[in-house]
Amino acid sequence: MTDTPQNRDAPSSGPKKYRLDDPNNADKIYWLLIAICAVLFVADLFYHKHPYFEVEGGFGFYGWFGFIACVGLVFVARQIRKLFKRNENYYDENRNLGGDS
Amino acid sequence: MLLGIPPGLLLIGGAVLIPLMSGHWRKAYMTILPLAGLWALAGIEHGIYYEFTFFAYEIVPVRFDSLSLIFGYIFHIAAILGVIYAWHNDDTIEQMAGLAYAGAGIGALFAGDLITLFIYWEAMAITSVFLIWARRTDESFRAGMRYLLIQVGSGVLLLSGAIMLAQKTGSIAFEQMTLDGLATWLILIAFGIKCAFPFMHNWLHDAYPAATITGTVFLSAFSTKCAVYALARGFPGTELLIYVGAAMTVFPIFYAVIENDLRRVLAYSLINQLGFMVVGVGIGTSLAINGAAAHAFVHILYKSLLFMSMGAVLYRVGSAKGSDLGGLYKSMPFTAVFCIVGALSISAAPLFAGFIAKSLTLSAVGKDGYLLVWLMMMFASACAFHYCGIKVPYFAFFSSDSGKRCKEAPLNMLAAMGITAFLCIAIAVYSPWLYSLLPYPVKYEPYTVSHVINQSQLLMFSALAFAILIRYKIYPPPINSTNLDFDITYRKWLPAAYRWFLALTADGWHSILQDLRIGVTRFVKHMFQHHGPEGVLARTWPTGSMALWVAVLLGGFLLIYYF
Repeated sequence: MTDTPQNRDAPSSGPKKYRLDDPNNADKIYWLLIAICAVLFVADLFYHKHPYFEVEGGFGFYGWFGFIACVGLVFVARQIRKLFKRNENYYDENRNLGGDS
Repeated sequence: MLLGIPPGLLLIGGAVLIPLMSGHWRKAYMTILPLAGLWALAGIEHGIYYEFTFFAYEIVPVRFDSLSLIFGYIFHIAAILGVIYAWHNDDTIEQMAGLAYAGAGIGALFAGDLITLFIYWEAMAITSVFLIWARRTDESFRAGMRYLLIQVGSGVLLLSGAIMLAQKTGSIAFEQMTLDGLATWLILIAFGIKCAFPFMHNWLHDAYPAATITGTVFLSAFSTKCAVYALARGFPGTELLIYVGAAMTVFPIFYAVIENDLRRVLAYSLINQLGFMVVGVGIGTSLAINGAAAHAFVHILYKSLLFMSMGAVLYRVGSAKGSDLGGLYKSMPFTAVFCIVGALSISAAPLFAGFIAKSLTLSAVGKDGYLLVWLMMMFASACAFHYCGIKVPYFAFFSSDSGKRCKEAPLNMLAAMGITAFLCIAIAVYSPWLYSLLPYPVKYEPYTVSHVINQSQLLMFSALAFAILIRYKIYPPPINSTNLDFDITYRKWLPAAYRWFLALTADGWHSILQDLRIGVTRFVKHMFQHHGPEGVLARTWPTGSMALWVAVLLGGFLLIYYF
């Protein structure tokens, strides 16, 4: 469903440089994320947990659980896409009203 | 109550007057109406109003208590924000439908009996469908039709259940029910349809992305949360709901990952969020009901915010598909920031709205020891950040640059998003305010060291998973597609079965007709043979032969008589 864009004239300010366009900066964000994760993982040593369940009290549970959950999710979703993906007009919605097709 | 008008009727009646005004007056009027409604609700006395007896049944049009009021406040706030977001839109039908729909939702919250609830329930269906049809495309017309059928169907089930319950118990009061007969089951299913229970959820991801830019913002707020309220009122502590809710948190995630239309991703994520609330209702302890109500409150805010930001993208670029977008932060930096605030809120990042609400429900699940349900909800939380919190802003505003350049969203959209984003953060930073509105007294401190660190770990590691999967190109890229869901049953299979049945019966009917026709032809031919022009029985006989035959007959008679 593509609507007519409203006022799509860009502010004409010439090609502007953006920091995120630089692949080096994208890399930096990636490594920063890994560093934050490492710090958070180690932080588990320094506070007392109040777990409701035994598994929750395991070292770095929230970290590895979140990571495995998301990777697992994507791998399963890729298989689901193979199974369930159809053409965009699968339901044939774009035919005209009243027209018989 | 303002001028003694019930809160729902205030907006519905007010919406009728919209065409009488024009220009800025109309916009001011539309904004002030829900504001006045909210003001009237503040500090109102709990209790029932305007009750009357109708054919021996007690009708209670308005009931204020702590459970209905918290939903009432947020419904009004959502209506105000939705109206501001739609200021630029001069479509009278949409304006009327939007406010009347909000009014119907609010009316349903304060309904004290099942008949009043039914009336508002159907009013919600009928008013909201115009927000879909106002898109004025073939696709939205069809999606709206499907939506309307399902929503009205839900109302019919509700009415059937209410009538059966009235016959059994002699009362139509909307109170806590137990699943002990067909009547209450029908009511539960009616609520379940509106709450997008598994296999009843397809209307949501079908219709919401098909609605108008401003219409989706309204739609996302009212129907489903009204259903959550109805469940919390009618079926708290129903164990079945715990498992239904847990399923709802998990299954939409897989669809959200592979979906391309970002507004549809948000629709799937809406079901996932409803799952948390349904689990809370299913557990039914005061902590869990508080969790469900708090979650509904903040969810309305951040889900509106996300739909607003994607609506702004759709408005400016003309598409909200991941495959068409990318790099938009350069053109729409404010929208990008607001979208990220919404994304962090839905992901329950510390200091954002979801954090102080979701944890109530999770604690309630933990306290009651449902390990499997808790793990499913943890999985859903981690993945919610992954597929909604990161995916939506990433593919719209970052990702590889699509080269599309456009203007920033209109000022009124930015204002609506700005206010919503502010509320999302303010509510989380000062948690006692929301907690003071909850149905039961709260003793809960969301910002403990372990809670903050645990939640940060969960979110950062799922962000890391996203980054790694994108970096190594494992993440499924956004592509144009239709992903089959349960709606294939009624969009493809049932119509096909119907056509097959039609063809079959048509064949049968034709052969019956043909046999009849052959029979009739044979009969006519037979008659023609004997009675037609050359037929034996139709020949013109000479008078003489007649006399001869009479003589033969008389002769025969004489012979018989003689013997």
